[in-house]
Amino acid sequence: MDKIKKLTKQQLFLPFFCLLIVLLINLIKSPTFFNIGIQHGVLYGRIIDILNRGSEIAILAVGQTLVVAVSAGTDISVGSVMSLSACGTCMMLAGYGVNSTTHLAVPMGVGILFGIFLGGLCGAMNGALVAKLKIQPMVATLILFTAARAVGLLLCNNQITYIRYEPYKYLGNFIPGCPIPTAIFVTIAVIAVVSIFLKKTALGLYIQSAGINSRAARIAGINSALICFVCYVICGLCAGIAGMVASSRIYSADSNNIGLNYELDAILAVALGGNSLGGGKFNLAGSVIGAYTIQAITTTLLAMGVSTDQAPVVKAIIVVIIVVVQAPTFKEWIANNEAKRKALRAEGGQQA
Amino acid sequence: MKKKVLSAIIAAAMSVTMLAGCGSQESAPADTTAQTPDEAPAADGAPAADGEMITVGFAQVGHESDWRTASTNSIQAALSKENGIDLQFVDCDNDSAEQLEAVRNFIEQDVDYIVIDPIVSTGWDTVLTEADDAGIPVIVIDRTIDDSDKYVSWVGSEFTNEGLAAGAWLKAYAEAKGIKELNILEITGTTGSSAEIGRTKGFHQYVDSEGWNLLDSQTGDFTQDGGQKVMESYCKSYSGKFNVVICQNDNEAFGAIDAMKAAGVSYGVDGDVIVISFDACTAGLQMVLDKEINADFQCNPLQGPDCLKIIQALGAGQTVDKQTFMAEPWYVSEDILKEITYKNNSGTDVTEPLVVVDAATVEAAY
Repeated sequence: MDKIKKLTKQQLFLPFFCLLIVLLINLIKSPTFFNIGIQHGVLYGRIIDILNRGSEIAILAVGQTLVVAVSAGTDISVGSVMSLSACGTCMMLAGYGVNSTTHLAVPMGVGILFGIFLGGLCGAMNGALVAKLKIQPMVATLILFTAARAVGLLLCNNQITYIRYEPYKYLGNFIPGCPIPTAIFVTIAVIAVVSIFLKKTALGLYIQSAGINSRAARIAGINSALICFVCYVICGLCAGIAGMVASSRIYSADSNNIGLNYELDAILAVALGGNSLGGGKFNLAGSVIGAYTIQAITTTLLAMGVSTDQAPVVKAIIVVIIVVVQAPTFKEWIANNEAKRKALRAEGGQQA
Repeated sequence: MKKKVLSAIIAAAMSVTMLAGCGSQESAPADTTAQTPDEAPAADGAPAADGEMITVGFAQVGHESDWRTASTNSIQAALSKENGIDLQFVDCDNDSAEQLEAVRNFIEQDVDYIVIDPIVSTGWDTVLTEADDAGIPVIVIDRTIDDSDKYVSWVGSEFTNEGLAAGAWLKAYAEAKGIKELNILEITGTTGSSAEIGRTKGFHQYVDSEGWNLLDSQTGDFTQDGGQKVMESYCKSYSGKFNVVICQNDNEAFGAIDAMKAAGVSYGVDGDVIVISFDACTAGLQMVLDKEINADFQCNPLQGPDCLKIIQALGAGQTVDKQTFMAEPWYVSEDILKEITYKNNSGTDVTEPLVVVDAATVEAAY
């Protein structure tokens, strides 16, 4: 009993539990959901789909978690920045104004680094506005939310730029000879690098202190503004990497649609992970689980063939339930009820 | 102080976005001048001869797709200086308030004609009445206006006919190939868009009357990523049970084809699965030529020549039809059917030719 209580008290318990419930519904509905096979030398199955398709949101959620923790606000520009990075890369690779190309203008690595650099640059701009000028995060990132997509469109000369060059497809699909989707490796790499960075340096602690009370942290000798700036840059870099994956999947830069509404999913992932949107303490693993929960819901709805006009409603209901279950007020209410019941039982026992 | 800095930044950001907007507007006419040499022979030069330029204001939706860009270029090429027309082009960036403002501006400037591609179908009555009072004829292209009839003519595509043609082609093709049972998967466009409604309606008439088996229908939002995601799921749910995939635009078809490739499903002319698509942009026709897409039903974005005809007819004092449906070719990859016959949306039986795609067709596409 104590062990169960200890388990349920863990911060990660609820996010994980929600993900399990979503998967359990699938198990009951159709066990074939969990079939994983090898087809044409690559892994094939719905679980692989969830891990593969959830990559972008998971990568975004990593950056978003840090931003939420340090500034008690959200970076709503990540989806647009994804699009800008993708456009930047495709523009570099194809050359300005080229609609479709089979050979690259610059080496692929240069193009991809340029895209990720653009993401970092956007992050730096957001970071400077929030950390130095103390503008509210939502207002500061609103600028790039509107502008980044338009700048991307200009970079691509108002067209969808196609890179029909086989290796460019590897990042979002498969590397020949490797059965696991490349996006999964990218996600693992991003999570690993960020968590090692947080664990091996004092950055994690600094982020929490700056997020809980930035003035107190500054008095204690932490450069709050710098910490905040760094978090936004990391978030921008994550958006850049997610943009690369999304662009590689369709081997093009579709500036109107890449990363569309992803900022909302990223914020939702942070919330589903049991992180407070009020900043301070944070849990990276929770956010990542949250991201895969969102993808699991999407994949489930597709697998069950829920008609498209109803799918958003079903998704909203599931999300509402998950958020309510995790809300502190709801937890308190459950705890109170239990205490009352216990008290009643104790009373009943005395009377008897 | 902080507030001042903030407002300065926001102002700077706004001017940057505005500049970006201007940039795209300026770049577009530059394209036109490059194109005009091909279009110049079409000029009859009559109005230009008396030195009187006809002024036309054109309020375009935006520049969200290749299709829209082709539409803009077509109008700019047709309503050109060579044809005696001074065109004022406004890119409304999908903002309906901005579009109303643009039309009001045209009325104030007292242009001779106004061309609108309405972003939304309602809310037009007041401003069209203003145009009517000022005696300026309004021509609507592509999308429709539902709450006012104070425009002289509409030029565009009949989406339902595109869907009907797809159904008629599939029926004839299955008969010619001896395919008994059709199990269809559908990837639709953005739910509620007029193209989605029309194409679904037209195609489903055939599904119902022929008793085809429609396994599933999900939206791919007219994007490649959407088509890929939906097809990935279809390949697992209906593995080996389907032999037709119908995508409501080319981008969705590209995504669906990538997903089928990854899942090892054989498709196209020599494969197990028939692929049908709409739009017929250059890249789409290239795939028809490569025998990856069986049939592609064009949605013609080139409203320019028809607009020019209407303006010239009105200028000559003739009356024009309230609706002009543009000619829309149906592209196929095999030379086994010559034409299709079907009852179109206005109830008349039509027989239309099928165009077998070759390198020249791809070259000429938008």
